[in-house]
Amino acid sequence: MLDVMFAALGSLVSGPHLLYLGLGVLLGLCIGIFPGLGGIAGLSLLLPFIYGMDTISGLAMLIGLVAVIPTSDTFTSVLMGIPGSSGSQATVLDGFPLAKKGQAARALSAAFSASLFGGLFGAAVLTLFVLIARPIILAFGSAELFMLTLLGLSMVGGLAGNSLIKGLCACGLGLLFGTMGGAPATGEFRLSFGIDYLMDGIPLVVMGLGIFAIPEIIDLLRRNTAIAEASTLGGGWVAGVRDLFQHKWLALRCAVIGCIVGALPGLGGSVVDWIAYGHAMQTTKSKENFGKGEIRGVIAPEASNNAKEGGALIPTLLFGIPGSGSMAVFLGGMILIGLEPGPNMVGSNLDVTYTIIWSLALANVLGAGACLLLSRWVARLTTIPYTLMAPFMIMVICFAAFQATRNLGDLVALLGVGVLGILLKRFGWPRPAFLIGFVLASGMENYLYQAVQFDGWSFLTKPGVLIIAALLVVSVFFAGRHVARMSRQIGPQAEDVVAKPSLSDMLPQILFTCVMGAVFAYGLYDAFQVMYLSRVFPASISIVMLTLIGIMLYRQLRCRAGDPINQDAERNGENAALPVGFYHYILWFAGLILGCYLVGYVIAMTLFFVVFLLLKARASLLRTSVLTACGMGFMIILSHVMVLDLPTGLLQQAVSLPWPLDNG
Amino acid sequence: MKKIIVGIAASLTLGFGLGTSQSTLAADFSGERIEWIVPFKEGGGTDTWARFFSPLISETLPGQPTIVIKNVPGGGSINGANQFDARGDNNGLDVFGSTASTLFYSMLGDKRARYQPRDWIPVFATPTGGVLYLSPDLGVNSAAELVKLQDQELTFPSLGPTSLDLVPLLAMEMLGLKIKPVFGMDRSAGRLAFERGEVNVDYQTSAPYIKKVTPLVEEGKAVPIMSWGILGEDGTMQRDPSFPDLPHFAEVYEMIHGEKPDSQAYNIWKTFFVAGFAAQKIMFLQEGTPQEIVDTYRQAAIEVAKQPGFKEKASIAIGDYDQILGKNVDTAFKMIFSLSDEDTQWIQHWLNERYGVRF
Repeated sequence: MLDVMFAALGSLVSGPHLLYLGLGVLLGLCIGIFPGLGGIAGLSLLLPFIYGMDTISGLAMLIGLVAVIPTSDTFTSVLMGIPGSSGSQATVLDGFPLAKKGQAARALSAAFSASLFGGLFGAAVLTLFVLIARPIILAFGSAELFMLTLLGLSMVGGLAGNSLIKGLCACGLGLLFGTMGGAPATGEFRLSFGIDYLMDGIPLVVMGLGIFAIPEIIDLLRRNTAIAEASTLGGGWVAGVRDLFQHKWLALRCAVIGCIVGALPGLGGSVVDWIAYGHAMQTTKSKENFGKGEIRGVIAPEASNNAKEGGALIPTLLFGIPGSGSMAVFLGGMILIGLEPGPNMVGSNLDVTYTIIWSLALANVLGAGACLLLSRWVARLTTIPYTLMAPFMIMVICFAAFQATRNLGDLVALLGVGVLGILLKRFGWPRPAFLIGFVLASGMENYLYQAVQFDGWSFLTKPGVLIIAALLVVSVFFAGRHVARMSRQIGPQAEDVVAKPSLSDMLPQILFTCVMGAVFAYGLYDAFQVMYLSRVFPASISIVMLTLIGIMLYRQLRCRAGDPINQDAERNGENAALPVGFYHYILWFAGLILGCYLVGYVIAMTLFFVVFLLLKARASLLRTSVLTACGMGFMIILSHVMVLDLPTGLLQQAVSLPWPLDNG
Repeated sequence: MKKIIVGIAASLTLGFGLGTSQSTLAADFSGERIEWIVPFKEGGGTDTWARFFSPLISETLPGQPTIVIKNVPGGGSINGANQFDARGDNNGLDVFGSTASTLFYSMLGDKRARYQPRDWIPVFATPTGGVLYLSPDLGVNSAAELVKLQDQELTFPSLGPTSLDLVPLLAMEMLGLKIKPVFGMDRSAGRLAFERGEVNVDYQTSAPYIKKVTPLVEEGKAVPIMSWGILGEDGTMQRDPSFPDLPHFAEVYEMIHGEKPDSQAYNIWKTFFVAGFAAQKIMFLQEGTPQEIVDTYRQAAIEVAKQPGFKEKASIAIGDYDQILGKNVDTAFKMIFSLSDEDTQWIQHWLNERYGVRF
């Protein structure tokens, strides 16, 4: 085995292979930085070129690209609060607050060194594990995978913030949203309102952008400052590396989590970062800083999402079953260069497998190195006044959302989810809990249904299930202890200081709770329109959630002072003093989307740029035109080169326009 | 230089009257960009198939145009097909790659499928076969022994009743097998479930069967029962040359029922078999594309398949079967749309009764 390993290294570093690896890394970095363009877009861009290339160069290039995307997607997550890809959504939670504190460089370098560590760890695990993985992967059937989704869900307790009941309701809302679209058992459409777009459910990319990015963008616009509130950018890259060393065990544990979740086909790469984040919270004594700029909250997801790629390669290579979306494209690439994955990858093709592993390790080093060097400079973006940045941000998130299904519905969904995100934030419903529910819903329902079909309810006595159940109990115990401690801390002492809120102050949140109750009631009604097998899951969630909503409503109507359930950022929180309401910018955004619908993305976005920069940023005419030309030019060229559509409107349907106005 | 020659040739044609053949000139794609819509995400079977062919066809078409793959996912290929149908140009610059489900939705009358594949013009089609195999625990060693299973419920992993799995589901019912399908599992998830022992009957299309199930057969962990067969030139079912030792479905039907299949159900099965397997992936041009362009495309596909080394390359990427080329693709295409209204009602009724599918 060792000789094969080193022979593989030898052939990788000789000849032009390293150059191709470098090219792949470079492309991966550029694509990863751009939200909405993840491994899938990058790989499909490469596929035409690898056709006819020799095996090692082709593989090196593909792996180079896949390996560094979870590294470079951190830039937008930390600096702008926009999840760079669905694998780094959790990084936003603490990375972005750190950037706001002026510690962007520290957060980035901690993230990149954690990524490097995770990536190398993933490659190391792959080296040994690939030889013995087959029986282990076969041991995880539907029943075990269902239990794993439950384990993931138990993290919600940790993510719930200061009100467990709100955390549960947010999670339930996510679960209900996750059932939208075709049901796994019967193929019936749930919660689709007869709209074609909703029949596939809302894409995760759109959810992530709407729930996290839009509320942040609008918040920053209302504050009208730069992202970094501090005037100096403290803490350079050394600080970040030191952070990693301080939390090395956390990084190690999260890398292990990343490998395991990545290696299990069926859970999907987008859960990894959340599970790692939840784990970091559960194992940290003082949790107050999470969500406000805790460096652990950056290290954990980043270590896990790079390690995931190593793990995800295992089922891809051994079974030909992709462990994540980008692995599906990688698999297509392997087939195009004439490699058939399967048991022979650890037999006659072992040298190819080790080439892949070495490429993975080298790519991680190159990628993280390049990002570390860049982070110091890129962090300065956070000092630019936000009104100048905003049009670019909005341009990018619209583009990113549209790449989900290339349908105008993506933009409408983005707006809708964005409003939901703003309201959840305002009323203190934890958004991470919502997203975890959303991510896990389909797997949970599907695996439960399959497990019951295969073994009946006796699946609960399978040994693997019992082991995971034990882990689940531990996790719930920790979560429960945490919640109990939180309520002790806040409860009594707050009551003395805070006056009893008046009913009119409470009105908006009571109203919101009622609306959410109506949503669950509709979910229940909708569940009874489909057959039994597709009904059970959404109906049970809705019933439990209606009960919880009832309790919440009761407590809110009682208006007890200091009850953590009372939260309204607009009435009694930090946003109360801001000059413009959030609806102001929602209207701007809605106008843009209406514009896209009427005249297409290129024209609408150009107009938006000009009007916004002139009116909101009060930029000069010259500056406005230069910025608009840069932004739009970049976008148009990018979409042309990558054969990506931009939204077209009614105008383009009615008359044919010259390029680029016809884009589509 | 090339442009000049083309220019001279063009003026010659104009000068010497209209009687000469225009076919070589009408379809020159120099400097053009052809968009090939694939109605799935990057990385799946149809995507890999299109990406395998796109450089080959690009080299062979006159003028060597760039061919780019445009993935339009959603609705299990419905979105991409709707988009191509509504907006695809008929000048040969927009092509579409369909798979079984694209045609199934339309054949079954799914309301979301607003496209009319009947009007599209097929260029070539790529066939595949399929093999049904059982778990050795069932104690059945060949198709002849299937009767032993008539009182036993078999668990079968399936993506959904209106997917490609319609063909095996209907076939197994016609053989009198009692099937409990577990939905929501694609073919590779199904194979994994079979290896775990969660299901005891499964099928794979030819390429994955050969590469991933044959080793299981050799280890004694799977028992091959039958292939679906292939469609002969005379329209009858024949043994699949990739699996000459396995009886095909019609043979097995005869073994069990003592007579050749000739019912409405069998004819419907055969039509869906053609759309799902015998002509699984089809490259389409838009309705109303001029005949010269269609001929140019069809000729390009014929030349691609003739290239030395094509078969070896193709066997890994897309399977071992001969491509359906030239006029043959019209024959297969006509079969696909041969269902009468009663046939459509029959299959809708069957799907509704068995699996609660609503139309």
